[in-house]
Amino acid sequence: MTRECSLLLPRVCTALADPRQPCSDDTCLEKLLDWFRDLTEAEPTLKLVQDNPCLTEFFISVLALSEPSPSILSFALRLAGMLAASENCFQHLQQENLLVRLFGEDGPLNSTLWEDASVRSGWVEGVHSMMHHQPALHFFCNGGGIDAIFTLQGDPSLFVASAASRLLVHMLTLSVESETTKPLDAKDCDWPACAQLIIKRIEDSLQSSSDSHIIQSLKLLTNLFGSCQATWTEVLWLGIAKQVESLLTEDSVQARHMVADLLLNMSRSHVFCDTEGSFWAVVTSALEHLTPVQAGPLAVGILRLHKCPQDVRIQALTVLLQPMDCILRAASQPMEYAGLLDESVSDPSTVESLLSSKSSCASLLCQTLAHLEKLLSLTRLPVDLPYTSLLRSFVTILQFCNGLLIPASPLGSKISQILIGCFRVQRLALDVLAALSGKKGCDTVIGSLFDILLAYLESPNTNPTVLKKSFHAMSKWLARLPEMSSFNSQWQIEKILQDVFLVLQKRLCSPCWEVRDSSLEFLTALIKCMKDQDVFRQSLLSSEVPKLTENLLEDPESYVRASAVTAVGHLTFITYFVPEPPVTGNQYNKENTVEKLQDILSTDPEGFPRRAVISIFTKWLRQGCTGRVEDTVRFVSRVLQTVECDLDWEVRLGGLELVEVFCVQTLCQRDHPKHPYAPVSSAVTSSIHQNDFLQIFCQAKLFNFLFRSLCDCDRPVGQKACDILLALRASFCPSSMLKDCQGTGDSSAEHGLPWLQRTLRQGSLAQNFPTDGGNGVDFQDPESMRLALGTIDLIELHDELNKSSDHVEKSPQSLLEDILATVGTIDENEADCY
Amino acid sequence: CFQYCLSGHPTLPCNVLKFKSTTIMLDCGLDMTSTLNFLPLPLVQSPRLSKLPGWILKDGSTFLDKELKECSGHVFVDSVPEFCLPETELLDLSTVDVILISNYHCMMALPYITEYTGFTGTVYATEPTVQIGRLLMEELVNSIERVPKAQSASMWKNKDVQRLLPAPLKDAVEVSMWRKCYTMPEVNAALSKIQLVGYSQKIELFGAVQVTPLSSGYALGSSNWIIQSHYEKVSYVSGSSLLTTHPQPMDQASLKNSDVLILTGLTQIPTANPDGMVGEFCSNLAMTVRNGGNVLVPCYPSGVIYDLLECLYQYIDSAGLSNVPFYFISPVANSSLEFSQIFAEWLCHNKQTKVYLPEPPFPHAELIQTNKLKHYPSIHGDFSNDFKQPCVVFTGHPSLRFGDVVHFMELWGKSSLNTVIFTEPDFSYLDALAPYQPLAMKCVYCPIDTRLNFIQVSKLLKEVQPLHVVCPEQYTQPPPTQSHRTDLMIDCQPPPMSYRRAEVLTLPYKRRYEKIEIMPELADSLVPLEIKPGISLATVSAVLHTKDNKHVLQLPPKPPQPPASKKRKRVSDDVPECKPLKPLLSGSIPVDQFVQTLEKHGFSDIKVEDTAKGHIVLLQEAETLIQIEEDSTHIICDNDEPLRVKLRDLVLKFLQKF
Repeated sequence: MTRECSLLLPRVCTALADPRQPCSDDTCLEKLLDWFRDLTEAEPTLKLVQDNPCLTEFFISVLALSEPSPSILSFALRLAGMLAASENCFQHLQQENLLVRLFGEDGPLNSTLWEDASVRSGWVEGVHSMMHHQPALHFFCNGGGIDAIFTLQGDPSLFVASAASRLLVHMLTLSVESETTKPLDAKDCDWPACAQLIIKRIEDSLQSSSDSHIIQSLKLLTNLFGSCQATWTEVLWLGIAKQVESLLTEDSVQARHMVADLLLNMSRSHVFCDTEGSFWAVVTSALEHLTPVQAGPLAVGILRLHKCPQDVRIQALTVLLQPMDCILRAASQPMEYAGLLDESVSDPSTVESLLSSKSSCASLLCQTLAHLEKLLSLTRLPVDLPYTSLLRSFVTILQFCNGLLIPASPLGSKISQILIGCFRVQRLALDVLAALSGKKGCDTVIGSLFDILLAYLESPNTNPTVLKKSFHAMSKWLARLPEMSSFNSQWQIEKILQDVFLVLQKRLCSPCWEVRDSSLEFLTALIKCMKDQDVFRQSLLSSEVPKLTENLLEDPESYVRASAVTAVGHLTFITYFVPEPPVTGNQYNKENTVEKLQDILSTDPEGFPRRAVISIFTKWLRQGCTGRVEDTVRFVSRVLQTVECDLDWEVRLGGLELVEVFCVQTLCQRDHPKHPYAPVSSAVTSSIHQNDFLQIFCQAKLFNFLFRSLCDCDRPVGQKACDILLALRASFCPSSMLKDCQGTGDSSAEHGLPWLQRTLRQGSLAQNFPTDGGNGVDFQDPESMRLALGTIDLIELHDELNKSSDHVEKSPQSLLEDILATVGTIDENEADCY
Repeated sequence: CFQYCLSGHPTLPCNVLKFKSTTIMLDCGLDMTSTLNFLPLPLVQSPRLSKLPGWILKDGSTFLDKELKECSGHVFVDSVPEFCLPETELLDLSTVDVILISNYHCMMALPYITEYTGFTGTVYATEPTVQIGRLLMEELVNSIERVPKAQSASMWKNKDVQRLLPAPLKDAVEVSMWRKCYTMPEVNAALSKIQLVGYSQKIELFGAVQVTPLSSGYALGSSNWIIQSHYEKVSYVSGSSLLTTHPQPMDQASLKNSDVLILTGLTQIPTANPDGMVGEFCSNLAMTVRNGGNVLVPCYPSGVIYDLLECLYQYIDSAGLSNVPFYFISPVANSSLEFSQIFAEWLCHNKQTKVYLPEPPFPHAELIQTNKLKHYPSIHGDFSNDFKQPCVVFTGHPSLRFGDVVHFMELWGKSSLNTVIFTEPDFSYLDALAPYQPLAMKCVYCPIDTRLNFIQVSKLLKEVQPLHVVCPEQYTQPPPTQSHRTDLMIDCQPPPMSYRRAEVLTLPYKRRYEKIEIMPELADSLVPLEIKPGISLATVSAVLHTKDNKHVLQLPPKPPQPPASKKRKRVSDDVPECKPLKPLLSGSIPVDQFVQTLEKHGFSDIKVEDTAKGHIVLLQEAETLIQIEEDSTHIICDNDEPLRVKLRDLVLKFLQKF
């Protein structure tokens, strides 16, 4: 603790304990606690308490108050707990009788203040903090405090209840791990006293007839198995397994959910992963007895495990696939299609009845689809899913949802009636469809897949979110087209693409801007993944889509303009940034497009389109599309001049990214002139002399922009500029020269950011540089710039920029002063009153 | 209570309700789909149409070749278009007392009813309904009369001939009843019989029934009707909408507590969501115009066109269509655009508030002001001078059989750059296009029908909870082309009662109560007696007097004088005679107390037996039995009248008399 702080602390403590104070700002108290937490980690707690007797006095004064404010009392409890975490400090506070008075039966626990949830919460937190040693454990187990904790599990405040449950888990773990002398085993388990107390309670509650007690115990166990994977947990489980299993057939819906959560946490513990015994049997029984909605999360969790018995995995898979299986059966003639699952392993009647009820059908399907999406999005899935059948079931659901499917069974008719127009199911089915595109196989169903996606894209009834998701799924599957065996014919691909572009044309003219926006995003996504396909390029260029896209650069909605900029920027990769541009007359004029985008960058009133332009320009530059080196330099300098005065800091940051790419490419060319994969445009000739590179940067007006950005009022811009300048310095100023420069210059502090800001503001950077003697800094002069790079202490600038803007305000001293300042105003007010 | 169903068209209904001695016609819609069987009436000589070959029977007979022409495999009647009238034979329409009109689309058959059937009653409708209905009729008459056709085909209607014709002519129903269009004098005569009403106005019909129009939210001035007596309520819901468009929102609350709800005029395109369709309309319009093509929108001169113009008003600038002219061509275009602006009280809240700013409620005023929307009575005259392409033309008639639209179909049909966008749901667009085939022009079907869909109906029915629902049979089964869509039908409990053309239904409720008034003098004479807390009873002796469906209880005539002679008595036979009344009894007999009383009065040896319905008190000595039940007491004793009377008086002590 700094001296200043230790001087301020006594006054702060007095102020906090002053009952005349209005309740201090809670955030101040939280910050104060954070600070104490840091202090206890940095120095011995006992010393802290002894050096600052005001802390002990604070507790005494708070306890002496007849009606302390709940927030101050809660703060005192939490602080005391935090300090008592250290065993000797615990003893010290005990000697003062403080802990008994704060946490014992005569403290707040039995006062009217206990009705305030913040006091109860402070009490639980305080106990939790101090629970790091046996004296604390015994203090509560022997002193009866543990009963209070058990009661708090059922607290009306969910925060308090959950904290109490976590505290019990913590106490149990602490007790077993600090007080057990020999390893425990199932037959002869000699639990330490405190653990014994808790375990007995858990066992009793599980056997009780009270739902709330059962649920509290299950929550506690779920927390325990989720946080502790010690071997003794297995011994504990063996004692309660029977009762837990019996809950699966109980009526309480909530208890069943909790059992599923408990089993899921346990299945992740390595203690149970190898067991052939009771645990997996209970899991199997749970998967059988719980309803599909209750068992769903457990089933997904199990399928994600890499170690788990095969039969349990199959059982879990059955839970997830059964609704899909029912969908397939409901949609087809009896006997015509066998479905996903073998009827011998599954009894579909429960799922069928859920699917035929209006209240449960959509929610069951949504849950199942969400689970499947989660599984399909995993890169390494431990199980093989029947992708083709799954795809067929997703397509069927989508057909049900838009009324395209003519069901052949009564169940099908019922499902159809419920699902038609159900956006929730549509959205999730499209998500999972997109996720499935990453998996091999599925070729046989692909025809109907594209049919249904096109139907969604075409239908005027499709809601905008569903449309967006349809576009996403469509782009994912289109990208896979060329590799699909069933689509080897060019003609088929062409037909699909034609249909897609036809509907895209219409959507680009939609009166709803969200639709225009998602259509443009779809186009961009398609170009990104298919621009190398001849058939794609031809279909796109022969449609009206490019023309309509360019029209949207003038859309009244800024989001749409931004998406149009991105789309037009990507379109250029297939119109003129290709080795052989398509012969389409003067329809695609490169200069014209660049001109339009430049225009948006300099005149658009909204930030989004301008940001889009700068990021497209960066992309062009990265791909080496900006032409010959002179063109590129001119291009960069023009862009930077525009961006420099942009009011949107993200645009300026975008400008810096462009600069970075430009620098990297140019320098890469210098360092590897013959490198075949150098990303810089092949047009950049290697004949340029190495010394000329700095000259190139000067020509591009790079330094002007970079130094100006250093003083930018938005920190990310300054940081980025500094990073780039540091990289340039490493490249152009050898370390020997760096030393020279710094040696000749003034002290480094003189060259920090304030100096640069001042000098740049005054336009007198030159005064301190041995330049050509002019008044202004010549940012175009390579030698001046080399010197500037060497002289300015960029490292310190960098550190300073990395400090958050509130680093002064965040200091503990400032916090203490703030608290005192509020007290001060109270004093003044009092003075006024008298 | 009966309902006579005169129309088979669910959205162009015509029903007659016999309710408490009144005969009420609900709407008189005119089914114009019959015109699809006729050739279009071109405004200028069309070489293509005039060259169509005559139709020849399979056996080579050519006697019909003047009446029937063939075009791309379809056969059309070459004659003035005719309309299918509501059933006129099912009941004598001259007995109809009143006609209630729900919206301007449902009154197009009015002149046929009021001018040809001996109708002498009154027609009730709101002002916008009458004004816009007049415009629709005027446009209809004008478009047909301005292209006189010498020929009138009738031979094909002969039943024996019709059988030989190809579909759909072969299956056309009641062709003998099809009539040519009415004339303007007939329209004026019909409209003169209309009495204007306002929403929630209560109209008494012969003292027996009260009818009230309610806002239905579908069109300017469109109404649902409540037909009620004191104890019965029938709601007639026809063409209603819950969407926020230009009209006043639908009044649902007043439909509650109906005994019967007659439900007609639901959306004709239940699968098309109007918002989506408007989007589709705009997208296709923009796409066509950007590619240099013209857009033709066949439409009615009022209704959805206001909403379309409003959407376009918001959309044209953003879609870069500011320089594209919009033309609205109809003999009543000007009146329609102007009328819409003056019916402020019939508009939705948003539009009403604009009037106070003051601003025109519809933005088409601004489109006209800025010259983006121009309107003309016909293609002749000014229009031909101003006409610029590419452009968007709104014109009628949506059937494509008459009106200026015929001209544009002939003009633009050959180019694939142009598009015809169908927005009116009344006609199958494929049938409408049939006489123009082969057609290069693009066709887009965006039917915009804002009337209730089945989801909205099921919500409405849950909300208003009528005891019974009556609807056209089409609503009780999925659409024939989508038999798997069981969601596209009315689903309610009890299942709806359905009707079809020319059917008579007995409405499913019984009248049980009638309201009767009591004259003050009579009421004065009543002495109510409280028999239970809160319930008082009094006996009434009076004369029931009924006149004009009102029932009144009057004081009875003075008690007759003692008869002087036999003759006099005979005369007084006619006057209701009032016999002295025995008092009515009420209350129950507590057995224990009764037994005690008996004992007090000297009876002994009393036995009480419980029976299923009450008790039997046995006076064994007197060989007498008193049977006490909930609603009767019997004293059974053998020929001992004094004993019976004594016991009777004891029993009566426990009961109240009045």
